[in-house]
Amino acid sequence: MNVIEVRNVKTIFDERVVHDGLNLNINKGEIYGLLGPSGCGKTTLLREIVMLQEFHSGSIKVLGNELSNISHNVAQKLRKEWGVLFQAGALFSSLTVAQNIALPLIEYTDLTEKMIQEIVEFKVSLVGLKSADANLYPSQISGGMKKKSALARSLAMDPKLLFLDEPTSGLDPISARDFDSLILKLRDLLGLTIVMVSHDLQSIYDTLDRVAIIDNKKIAFEGTLNEISSVDSEFIKTFFGEKI
Amino acid sequence: MSNSSLDILTQDNKLLLKFSGELSLYTITKLQNQTQILNTSNSKSIEINLENVSFMDTAAAIYIVNLQKKYIDNKLEITTVSNSKDIDDTLLLVKKQKTASSRIPHANDEKYLYILGHSIYDYYVGLLSFMNFLGKVFATIIYYISSVKNIRFKEIAFEINESGIKAFPIIALTSFLIGLVVAYQSAYQLKIYGANIFLVDMLGISMLRELAPLITAIVIAGRSGSAFTAQIGAMKITEELDAMRTMGFDPYIFLVMPRIIALMIAMPILIFVADMMGVLGGMLVANIDLNISTNLFIDRFSTVIDAKHFFIGIFKGPFFAFLIATIGIYRGMRVKDDTQSIGFNTTKSVVESIFAVIVCDALFSIAFTNLGI
Repeated sequence: MNVIEVRNVKTIFDERVVHDGLNLNINKGEIYGLLGPSGCGKTTLLREIVMLQEFHSGSIKVLGNELSNISHNVAQKLRKEWGVLFQAGALFSSLTVAQNIALPLIEYTDLTEKMIQEIVEFKVSLVGLKSADANLYPSQISGGMKKKSALARSLAMDPKLLFLDEPTSGLDPISARDFDSLILKLRDLLGLTIVMVSHDLQSIYDTLDRVAIIDNKKIAFEGTLNEISSVDSEFIKTFFGEKI
Repeated sequence: MSNSSLDILTQDNKLLLKFSGELSLYTITKLQNQTQILNTSNSKSIEINLENVSFMDTAAAIYIVNLQKKYIDNKLEITTVSNSKDIDDTLLLVKKQKTASSRIPHANDEKYLYILGHSIYDYYVGLLSFMNFLGKVFATIIYYISSVKNIRFKEIAFEINESGIKAFPIIALTSFLIGLVVAYQSAYQLKIYGANIFLVDMLGISMLRELAPLITAIVIAGRSGSAFTAQIGAMKITEELDAMRTMGFDPYIFLVMPRIIALMIAMPILIFVADMMGVLGGMLVANIDLNISTNLFIDRFSTVIDAKHFFIGIFKGPFFAFLIATIGIYRGMRVKDDTQSIGFNTTKSVVESIFAVIVCDALFSIAFTNLGI
């Protein structure tokens, strides 16, 4: 089953065409990567999929819902079924880490305070944070901890779908590898479908099942990393270099 | 820094350029001047000798490559001699990049007419986006009143405390001083005519009706309007607003409406405080400067000042609050992804909201006068 279907999506900013007919399918349970040179519109596509930005024409289906004419209620329901990790974390700065994670639970469920507390503790340990850190404010913690906290927040509602925008950027290599194994672990534990934008080659090789490469406003390649050498693209040659 | 030098030797019709020393950013200008004036018309071939060069950076390499190109274009036979692999590599790198890189195009100078049209269009788009914002605000109001459950009481209470209660001291102090100053200046004039007691009429009407609401609105525009812009702008830059949207928390419900409602509730209360403090300031001056006792002041006050003046002042509060809050928040939402635009929009927010308040006050003034109140 396709969790996400993108068909002929066109995106135009002012007069600049960013996407000219993108097509891709993301299957259930896979870790899917969106790759491409800077400015090719990877993050834009991700933002279109999570309904932060409108696309010009075409269609995007997420969990079977067509986004171009989605009703408010369906959109709200959909938003509870995914988690998004932003590049800089985007934790709410007026709340502590624990309150950040608890927020969707407080707003959307009628769980007791004690239960929410327990769920928060579980998510905190799941992503590998120390429970003492949970009472700090986002301004008081390091970049790696912010990413982990934001991941914990995006997992708060046990989403089926997880979007990661450059999850390992700005992390030191050790934290980045930890993050990769965390993502793999989460996929196995929770059966998540994960879509990520990444530039980190090691992370790409370690985690991704399938990739789409956006180059020149189109999808230059979609498939597994093993098949990638068959494609003739300047970006793929320089990016993957001698590894293929 | 070791020096570089260029020796120019001529053998028959062969020109020998012998570079030596350290060729770098700091030394090539001198060499460039030397080769610039070099007369090559008598020579058929040129040898660039780099054997004695101890070091060459990429700037120097660009110079050498340009030199080679210039002589090749002049149909001269050219040979380059060097005995260092580093230098060869640097030259090769520069040559390769030169063919790959293209010229950076000049940014076009825009014509005045274009700039004028563009800025007018920008204003038009700005107006449309403000209308769009107002429309969303009203849609959210309908959502709010559709069910009591939808109202975010906690956030509203928090904002009332932030932008209302915490503003008490500054509002009290400014309006006290304004009352004091107005009374003091008029006391001087009124004394000339022996019309001391009319200070009460003048102060009462001007303070309750106009000054207290305006002073409060201006202080609040500077205090809360700018705070709204900066808070929401910063949240936009750090993607907090996007994060809220993806989690299904509409920022209009969670951030915009509580601030607007809180300010609309807080403003009349603040105006009431300003009324009291302003009149108190005037009373003090009347007592000290004009020998009007407190009893007499209050007695006169209750006979000459109608309650309508007080109510008109209070009535303006929610309108001013709505203007200040919507402009502040709208400006916050307009912040783009750079820190510059927070400053720009905060300035705009304060200026525009004070302007809007004064225009609104003028409209009220005309309306109330024509209605006979």
